[in-house]
Amino acid sequence: MTATVNTAAALALGDDALVLSHRLGEWAGHAPVLEEEVALANIALDLLGQARVLLSLVGDEDELAYLREERAFRNVQLVEQPNGDFAHTIARQLYFSTYQRLLYGRLAAAGEVGDLAGLAAKAVKEVAYHQDHAEQWTLRLGDGTPESHERMLRACTALWRFTGELFQPVDGLDVDWRELESDWLASVTAVLERATLPVPDGPRTGAWSAGAGRQGLHTESFGRMLAEMQHLHRSHPGASW
Amino acid sequence: MVTGTADRTALEEELSRLAGSVPDPELPVLTLEELGVLRGVHVLGPGRVQVELTPTYTGCPAVEAMSSDIERVLRDHGVPDVSVVTVLSPAWSTDDISAEGRRKLAEFGIAPPRHQGGGATGPVPLTLAIRCPHCGSTETELLSRFSSTACKALRRCTACREPFDHFKEL
Repeated sequence: MTATVNTAAALALGDDALVLSHRLGEWAGHAPVLEEEVALANIALDLLGQARVLLSLVGDEDELAYLREERAFRNVQLVEQPNGDFAHTIARQLYFSTYQRLLYGRLAAAGEVGDLAGLAAKAVKEVAYHQDHAEQWTLRLGDGTPESHERMLRACTALWRFTGELFQPVDGLDVDWRELESDWLASVTAVLERATLPVPDGPRTGAWSAGAGRQGLHTESFGRMLAEMQHLHRSHPGASW
Repeated sequence: MVTGTADRTALEEELSRLAGSVPDPELPVLTLEELGVLRGVHVLGPGRVQVELTPTYTGCPAVEAMSSDIERVLRDHGVPDVSVVTVLSPAWSTDDISAEGRRKLAEFGIAPPRHQGGGATGPVPLTLAIRCPHCGSTETELLSRFSSTACKALRRCTACREPFDHFKEL
Protein backbone atom coordinates (compact mmCIF):
# COMPACT_ATOMS: atom_id res chain seq x y z
CA MET A 1 0.00 0.00 0.00
CA THR A 2 2.69 2.45 1.04
CA ALA A 3 4.38 2.10 -2.33
CA THR A 4 1.43 3.73 -4.09
CA VAL A 5 1.62 6.90 -1.99
CA ASN A 6 3.97 9.69 -2.90
CA THR A 7 5.92 10.72 0.20
CA ALA A 8 6.07 14.40 -0.69
CA ALA A 9 2.31 14.51 -1.19
CA ALA A 10 1.48 12.73 2.06
CA LEU A 11 3.89 14.92 4.04
CA ALA A 12 2.60 18.15 2.51
CA LEU A 13 -1.05 17.36 3.25
CA GLY A 14 -0.29 15.62 6.55
CA ASP A 15 1.91 18.42 7.89
CA ASP A 16 -0.65 21.06 6.92
CA ALA A 17 -3.28 19.19 8.92
CA LEU A 18 -0.99 18.43 11.87
CA VAL A 19 0.34 21.95 12.30
CA LEU A 20 -3.04 23.66 11.96
CA SER A 21 -4.51 21.11 14.36
CA HIS A 22 -1.91 22.06 16.95
CA ARG A 23 -2.47 25.78 16.44
CA LEU A 24 -6.23 25.37 16.90
CA GLY A 25 -5.61 23.23 19.96
CA GLU A 26 -3.84 26.20 21.50
CA TRP A 27 -7.25 27.87 21.80
CA ALA A 28 -8.37 25.33 24.40
CA GLY A 29 -9.11 27.33 27.52
CA HIS A 30 -8.82 30.67 25.69
CA ALA A 31 -11.69 30.86 23.22
CA PRO A 32 -14.11 33.80 23.54
CA VAL A 33 -17.17 31.62 24.24
CA LEU A 34 -17.71 28.00 25.18
CA GLU A 35 -19.29 27.10 21.83
CA GLU A 36 -16.16 28.32 20.03
CA GLU A 37 -13.93 26.45 22.41
CA VAL A 38 -15.75 23.29 21.40
CA ALA A 39 -15.91 24.18 17.71
CA LEU A 40 -12.19 24.91 17.37
CA ALA A 41 -11.29 21.76 19.30
CA ASN A 42 -13.54 19.69 17.05
CA ILE A 43 -11.99 21.16 13.92
CA ALA A 44 -8.56 20.46 15.39
CA LEU A 45 -9.61 16.87 16.05
CA ASP A 46 -10.75 16.37 12.45
CA LEU A 47 -7.42 17.72 11.23
CA LEU A 48 -5.46 15.56 13.65
CA GLY A 49 -7.31 12.50 12.39
CA GLN A 50 -6.44 13.41 8.80
CA ALA A 51 -2.81 14.00 9.77
CA ARG A 52 -2.58 10.61 11.48
CA VAL A 53 -3.87 8.80 8.41
CA LEU A 54 -1.62 10.75 6.03
CA LEU A 55 1.57 10.45 8.06
CA SER A 56 0.93 6.75 8.72
CA LEU A 57 0.86 6.17 4.97
CA VAL A 58 4.54 7.05 4.74
CA GLY A 59 6.02 6.21 8.13
CA ASP A 60 5.51 6.08 11.87
CA GLU A 61 3.11 8.89 12.79
CA ASP A 62 4.73 9.61 16.16
CA GLU A 63 8.26 9.68 14.80
CA LEU A 64 7.20 11.99 12.00
CA ALA A 65 5.27 14.34 14.27
CA TYR A 66 7.57 14.44 17.26
CA LEU A 67 11.08 13.70 16.07
CA ARG A 68 11.51 15.69 12.89
CA GLU A 69 13.38 18.97 12.91
CA GLU A 70 11.78 22.18 11.71
CA ARG A 71 13.34 22.00 8.25
CA ALA A 72 11.86 18.57 7.61
CA PHE A 73 8.26 19.81 7.90
CA ARG A 74 6.52 20.40 4.58
CA ASN A 75 3.47 22.42 5.66
CA VAL A 76 2.64 25.76 4.09
CA GLN A 77 3.59 28.77 6.19
CA LEU A 78 -0.05 29.88 6.47
CA VAL A 79 -0.99 27.12 8.91
CA GLU A 80 1.94 27.78 11.26
CA GLN A 81 1.08 31.45 11.73
CA PRO A 82 0.26 32.26 15.37
CA ASN A 83 -3.39 32.37 16.39
CA GLY A 84 -3.31 36.12 16.99
CA ASP A 85 -6.72 37.46 17.97
CA PHE A 86 -9.89 35.55 17.10
CA ALA A 87 -10.16 37.36 13.77
CA HIS A 88 -6.68 36.14 12.77
CA THR A 89 -7.66 32.58 13.53
CA ILE A 90 -10.84 32.94 11.50
CA ALA A 91 -9.02 34.50 8.54
CA ARG A 92 -6.50 31.65 8.60
CA GLN A 93 -9.41 29.18 8.75
CA LEU A 94 -11.16 30.86 5.84
CA TYR A 95 -8.10 30.84 3.61
CA PHE A 96 -7.02 27.34 4.51
CA SER A 97 -10.34 25.48 4.73
CA THR A 98 -11.36 26.88 1.33
CA TYR A 99 -8.08 25.61 -0.12
CA GLN A 100 -8.27 22.25 1.60
CA ARG A 101 -11.85 21.64 0.54
CA LEU A 102 -11.16 22.46 -3.11
CA LEU A 103 -7.97 20.37 -3.09
CA TYR A 104 -9.48 17.32 -1.36
CA GLY A 105 -12.50 17.56 -3.63
CA ARG A 106 -10.24 17.26 -6.66
CA LEU A 107 -8.16 14.45 -5.17
CA ALA A 108 -11.30 12.51 -4.29
CA ALA A 109 -12.72 12.96 -7.78
CA ALA A 110 -9.48 11.98 -9.52
CA GLY A 111 -9.54 8.71 -7.61
CA GLU A 112 -6.18 7.57 -8.94
CA VAL A 113 -3.82 8.42 -6.11
CA GLY A 114 -4.60 5.25 -4.17
CA ASP A 115 -4.92 5.70 -0.42
CA LEU A 116 -4.88 9.47 -0.72
CA ALA A 117 -8.14 9.45 -2.67
CA GLY A 118 -9.90 7.49 0.09
CA LEU A 119 -8.72 9.93 2.73
CA ALA A 120 -9.62 12.91 0.54
CA ALA A 121 -13.15 11.61 -0.07
CA LYS A 122 -13.68 11.29 3.65
CA ALA A 123 -11.95 14.49 4.72
CA VAL A 124 -13.69 16.71 2.17
CA LYS A 125 -16.97 16.16 3.99
CA GLU A 126 -15.45 17.18 7.32
CA VAL A 127 -13.73 20.20 5.82
CA ALA A 128 -17.07 21.41 4.39
CA TYR A 129 -18.09 22.12 7.99
CA HIS A 130 -14.79 23.86 8.72
CA GLN A 131 -15.28 26.13 5.73
CA ASP A 132 -18.87 26.85 6.69
CA HIS A 133 -17.74 27.75 10.21
CA ALA A 134 -15.07 30.12 8.89
CA GLU A 135 -17.47 31.75 6.41
CA GLN A 136 -20.15 32.38 9.00
CA TRP A 137 -17.66 34.01 11.35
CA THR A 138 -16.11 36.07 8.56
CA LEU A 139 -19.56 37.44 7.71
CA ARG A 140 -20.40 38.10 11.33
CA LEU A 141 -17.14 39.85 12.15
CA GLY A 142 -16.71 41.68 8.85
CA ASP A 143 -20.29 42.92 8.79
CA GLY A 144 -20.46 43.41 12.55
CA THR A 145 -19.33 46.30 14.71
CA PRO A 146 -16.69 48.85 13.62
CA GLU A 147 -14.28 47.10 15.99
CA SER A 148 -14.92 43.60 14.63
CA HIS A 149 -14.78 44.88 11.04
CA GLU A 150 -11.46 46.59 11.69
CA ARG A 151 -9.95 43.50 13.28
CA MET A 152 -11.19 41.16 10.55
CA LEU A 153 -9.82 43.53 7.92
CA ARG A 154 -6.45 43.61 9.65
CA ALA A 155 -6.33 39.82 9.90
CA CYS A 156 -7.33 39.17 6.28
CA THR A 157 -4.71 41.65 5.11
CA ALA A 158 -1.94 40.33 7.35
CA LEU A 159 -2.35 36.72 6.22
CA TRP A 160 -2.88 37.51 2.54
CA ARG A 161 0.81 37.20 1.70
CA PHE A 162 0.81 33.57 2.84
CA THR A 163 -1.89 32.50 0.40
CA GLY A 164 0.16 32.37 -2.79
CA GLU A 165 2.14 29.42 -1.50
CA LEU A 166 -0.97 27.25 -1.30
CA PHE A 167 -0.89 26.79 -5.06
CA GLN A 168 2.68 25.67 -5.52
CA PRO A 169 2.47 22.29 -7.23
CA VAL A 170 3.11 19.37 -4.88
CA ASP A 171 4.95 16.39 -6.28
CA GLY A 172 2.58 13.43 -6.54
CA LEU A 173 -0.65 15.43 -6.61
CA ASP A 174 -2.14 15.50 -10.07
CA VAL A 175 -4.07 18.74 -9.80
CA ASP A 176 -4.58 21.70 -12.09
CA TRP A 177 -3.08 24.22 -9.68
CA ARG A 178 -3.96 27.30 -11.69
CA GLU A 179 -7.58 26.31 -11.87
CA LEU A 180 -7.50 25.51 -8.14
CA GLU A 181 -6.11 28.97 -7.47
CA SER A 182 -8.74 30.77 -9.51
CA ASP A 183 -11.53 28.75 -7.83
CA TRP A 184 -10.06 29.61 -4.45
CA LEU A 185 -9.83 33.27 -5.31
CA ALA A 186 -13.43 33.34 -6.53
CA SER A 187 -14.70 31.62 -3.39
CA VAL A 188 -12.75 33.77 -0.93
CA THR A 189 -13.61 36.96 -2.83
CA ALA A 190 -17.33 36.14 -2.66
CA VAL A 191 -17.18 35.65 1.11
CA LEU A 192 -15.15 38.80 1.73
CA GLU A 193 -17.50 40.88 -0.40
CA ARG A 194 -20.54 39.59 1.47
CA ALA A 195 -18.71 40.40 4.70
CA THR A 196 -18.21 44.00 3.45
CA LEU A 197 -14.46 43.44 3.50
CA PRO A 198 -12.19 44.52 0.65
CA VAL A 199 -10.15 41.83 -1.04
CA PRO A 200 -6.58 42.59 0.08
CA ASP A 201 -4.54 44.07 -2.74
CA GLY A 202 -1.05 43.22 -1.50
CA PRO A 203 1.14 40.53 -3.07
CA ARG A 204 0.13 36.95 -2.31
CA THR A 205 3.72 35.87 -2.17
CA GLY A 206 7.18 37.43 -2.27
CA ALA A 207 10.76 36.33 -2.26
CA TRP A 208 11.31 38.29 0.93
CA SER A 209 8.56 36.63 2.89
CA ALA A 210 6.26 33.76 2.25
CA GLY A 211 6.25 30.78 0.02
CA ALA A 212 8.82 28.21 1.02
CA GLY A 213 7.14 26.04 3.64
CA ARG A 214 6.85 23.16 1.19
CA GLN A 215 10.64 23.29 0.84
CA GLY A 216 11.14 23.24 4.60
CA LEU A 217 11.68 26.94 5.22
CA HIS A 218 9.45 28.22 7.97
CA THR A 219 8.66 31.44 9.78
CA GLU A 220 10.06 32.38 13.16
CA SER A 221 7.17 31.31 15.32
CA PHE A 222 7.11 27.78 13.94
CA GLY A 223 10.20 26.70 15.86
CA ARG A 224 8.62 27.74 19.13
CA MET A 225 5.42 25.92 18.26
CA LEU A 226 7.35 22.73 17.47
CA ALA A 227 9.33 22.99 20.70
CA GLU A 228 6.11 22.96 22.65
CA MET A 229 4.49 20.27 20.51
CA GLN A 230 7.49 17.93 20.67
CA HIS A 231 8.67 18.63 24.21
CA LEU A 232 6.83 15.83 25.98
CA HIS A 233 7.71 13.13 23.49
CA ARG A 234 11.36 14.14 23.37
CA SER A 235 11.61 14.29 27.17
CA HIS A 236 9.84 10.98 27.67
CA PRO A 237 10.33 8.89 24.52
CA GLY A 238 7.54 6.40 23.97
CA ALA A 239 5.41 7.80 26.79
CA SER A 240 1.74 6.85 26.61
CA TRP A 241 -1.33 6.79 28.78
CA MET B 1 -10.63 -29.30 8.39
CA VAL B 2 -12.88 -29.20 5.35
CA THR B 3 -15.31 -26.37 5.79
CA GLY B 4 -18.08 -25.86 3.28
CA THR B 5 -18.78 -22.38 1.96
CA ALA B 6 -22.21 -22.44 3.52
CA ASP B 7 -20.76 -23.23 6.97
CA ARG B 8 -18.18 -20.54 6.68
CA THR B 9 -20.78 -17.97 5.66
CA ALA B 10 -22.92 -19.01 8.59
CA LEU B 11 -19.96 -18.56 10.94
CA GLU B 12 -19.14 -15.18 9.46
CA GLU B 13 -22.76 -14.17 9.80
CA GLU B 14 -22.77 -15.17 13.42
CA LEU B 15 -19.55 -13.27 14.10
CA SER B 16 -20.90 -10.26 12.22
CA ARG B 17 -23.99 -10.32 14.38
CA LEU B 18 -21.82 -10.45 17.51
CA ALA B 19 -19.49 -7.67 16.37
CA GLY B 20 -22.46 -5.61 15.20
CA SER B 21 -24.16 -5.90 18.57
CA VAL B 22 -21.30 -4.06 20.31
CA PRO B 23 -22.61 -0.71 21.58
CA ASP B 24 -21.06 2.51 20.35
CA PRO B 25 -18.77 3.78 23.13
CA GLU B 26 -20.01 7.36 22.90
CA LEU B 27 -23.65 6.72 21.98
CA PRO B 28 -24.33 3.48 23.85
CA VAL B 29 -27.98 3.40 22.71
CA LEU B 30 -26.70 2.53 19.23
CA THR B 31 -24.99 -0.66 18.15
CA LEU B 32 -22.15 -0.58 15.65
CA GLU B 33 -24.48 -2.31 13.19
CA GLU B 34 -27.09 0.43 13.55
CA LEU B 35 -24.41 3.11 13.24
CA GLY B 36 -23.31 1.48 10.00
CA VAL B 37 -19.59 1.40 10.71
CA LEU B 38 -19.07 -2.37 10.42
CA ARG B 39 -17.83 -3.12 6.91
CA GLY B 40 -17.10 -6.83 7.04
CA VAL B 41 -16.09 -9.86 9.06
CA HIS B 42 -13.78 -12.37 7.39
CA VAL B 43 -12.67 -15.72 8.72
CA LEU B 44 -9.06 -15.97 7.55
CA GLY B 45 -8.38 -19.40 9.04
CA PRO B 46 -9.19 -21.53 12.05
CA GLY B 47 -9.50 -19.14 14.98
CA ARG B 48 -8.41 -16.16 12.85
CA VAL B 49 -10.83 -13.39 12.10
CA GLN B 50 -10.42 -9.97 10.55
CA VAL B 51 -13.02 -7.26 11.11
CA GLU B 52 -13.27 -4.17 8.91
CA LEU B 53 -14.42 -1.01 10.61
CA THR B 54 -14.88 2.46 9.15
CA PRO B 55 -14.63 5.62 11.29
CA THR B 56 -17.48 8.13 11.36
CA TYR B 57 -14.99 11.04 11.36
CA THR B 58 -11.31 10.60 10.46
CA GLY B 59 -10.25 11.76 13.90
CA CYS B 60 -12.99 9.97 15.84
CA PRO B 61 -11.34 8.79 19.08
CA ALA B 62 -14.07 6.17 19.60
CA VAL B 63 -12.53 3.91 16.96
CA GLU B 64 -9.94 2.55 19.37
CA ALA B 65 -12.60 1.70 21.95
CA MET B 66 -14.76 0.09 19.24
CA SER B 67 -11.84 -2.03 18.08
CA SER B 68 -10.98 -3.31 21.53
CA ASP B 69 -14.66 -3.99 22.32
CA ILE B 70 -15.03 -6.04 19.13
CA GLU B 71 -11.84 -7.97 19.90
CA ARG B 72 -13.07 -8.74 23.39
CA VAL B 73 -16.51 -9.90 22.28
CA LEU B 74 -15.16 -12.19 19.56
CA ARG B 75 -12.46 -13.60 21.84
CA ASP B 76 -15.08 -14.35 24.46
CA HIS B 77 -16.89 -16.22 21.73
CA GLY B 78 -13.86 -18.44 21.21
CA VAL B 79 -11.96 -16.69 18.43
CA PRO B 80 -8.38 -16.36 19.74
CA ASP B 81 -6.93 -14.24 16.92
CA VAL B 82 -9.00 -11.15 16.11
CA SER B 83 -7.66 -8.22 14.15
CA VAL B 84 -9.64 -5.05 13.50
CA VAL B 85 -8.59 -2.92 10.55
CA THR B 86 -9.99 0.49 9.66
CA VAL B 87 -11.05 1.20 6.10
CA LEU B 88 -11.78 4.72 4.83
CA SER B 89 -13.24 4.01 1.44
CA PRO B 90 -16.07 4.36 0.66
CA ALA B 91 -16.41 7.14 3.21
CA TRP B 92 -18.99 6.66 5.94
CA SER B 93 -22.09 8.78 5.67
CA THR B 94 -24.89 9.50 8.13
CA ASP B 95 -27.12 7.82 5.53
CA ASP B 96 -25.51 4.58 6.74
CA ILE B 97 -27.31 4.87 10.09
CA SER B 98 -30.23 2.43 10.07
CA ALA B 99 -33.88 3.41 10.55
CA GLU B 100 -33.82 1.71 13.93
CA GLY B 101 -30.68 3.65 14.79
CA ARG B 102 -32.38 6.93 13.93
CA ARG B 103 -35.38 6.04 16.06
CA LYS B 104 -33.12 5.25 19.02
CA LEU B 105 -31.15 8.49 18.59
CA ALA B 106 -34.36 10.56 18.75
CA GLU B 107 -35.53 8.58 21.77
CA PHE B 108 -32.18 9.28 23.43
CA GLY B 109 -32.65 13.03 22.92
CA ILE B 110 -30.45 13.47 19.84
CA ALA B 111 -32.09 14.71 16.65
CA PRO B 112 -31.15 12.18 13.94
CA PRO B 113 -29.40 13.30 10.75
CA ARG B 114 -31.49 14.08 7.70
CA HIS B 115 -31.14 11.85 4.66
CA GLN B 116 -28.80 13.24 2.05
CA GLY B 117 -28.83 10.70 -0.75
CA GLY B 118 -25.83 11.11 -3.06
CA GLY B 119 -24.31 14.62 -3.20
CA ALA B 120 -21.62 13.94 -0.61
CA THR B 121 -19.41 16.79 -1.75
CA GLY B 122 -22.21 19.33 -2.02
CA PRO B 123 -22.59 22.28 0.31
CA VAL B 124 -23.43 21.75 3.95
CA PRO B 125 -27.19 21.20 4.07
CA LEU B 126 -28.93 23.63 6.39
CA THR B 127 -32.39 24.15 5.01
CA LEU B 128 -34.74 21.31 6.02
CA ALA B 129 -36.31 21.58 9.44
CA ILE B 130 -34.78 19.65 12.31
CA ARG B 131 -37.28 18.40 14.84
CA CYS B 132 -36.80 18.90 18.57
CA PRO B 133 -36.35 15.43 20.10
CA HIS B 134 -38.08 16.60 23.29
CA CYS B 135 -41.32 18.25 22.16
CA GLY B 136 -41.35 17.47 18.44
CA SER B 137 -41.48 21.09 17.29
CA THR B 138 -39.75 21.93 14.03
CA GLU B 139 -39.03 25.46 15.30
CA THR B 140 -35.39 24.95 16.21
CA GLU B 141 -32.30 27.09 15.79
CA LEU B 142 -28.61 26.38 15.38
CA LEU B 143 -26.43 27.42 18.31
CA SER B 144 -23.14 25.93 17.13
CA ARG B 145 -22.04 23.76 14.23
CA PHE B 146 -19.88 21.77 16.61
CA SER B 147 -21.04 20.21 19.86
CA SER B 148 -19.98 17.61 22.42
CA THR B 149 -18.45 15.46 19.70
CA ALA B 150 -17.36 16.12 16.12
CA CYS B 151 -20.44 14.37 14.75
CA LYS B 152 -22.99 16.61 16.48
CA ALA B 153 -24.21 20.20 16.24
CA LEU B 154 -25.81 22.09 19.12
CA ARG B 155 -29.35 23.38 18.59
CA ARG B 156 -32.14 24.87 20.67
CA CYS B 157 -35.86 24.41 20.40
CA THR B 158 -37.62 27.77 20.25
CA ALA B 159 -40.89 26.15 21.37
CA CYS B 160 -39.81 24.32 24.54
CA ARG B 161 -36.49 26.21 24.92
CA GLU B 162 -34.51 23.03 25.51
CA PRO B 163 -31.07 22.76 23.92
CA PHE B 164 -30.34 19.48 22.16
CA ASP B 165 -27.71 17.74 20.09
CA HIS B 166 -28.28 17.13 16.40
CA PHE B 167 -26.35 14.33 14.70
CA LYS B 168 -25.25 16.42 11.75
CA GLU B 169 -25.26 15.18 8.19
CA LEU B 170 -21.96 13.90 6.86
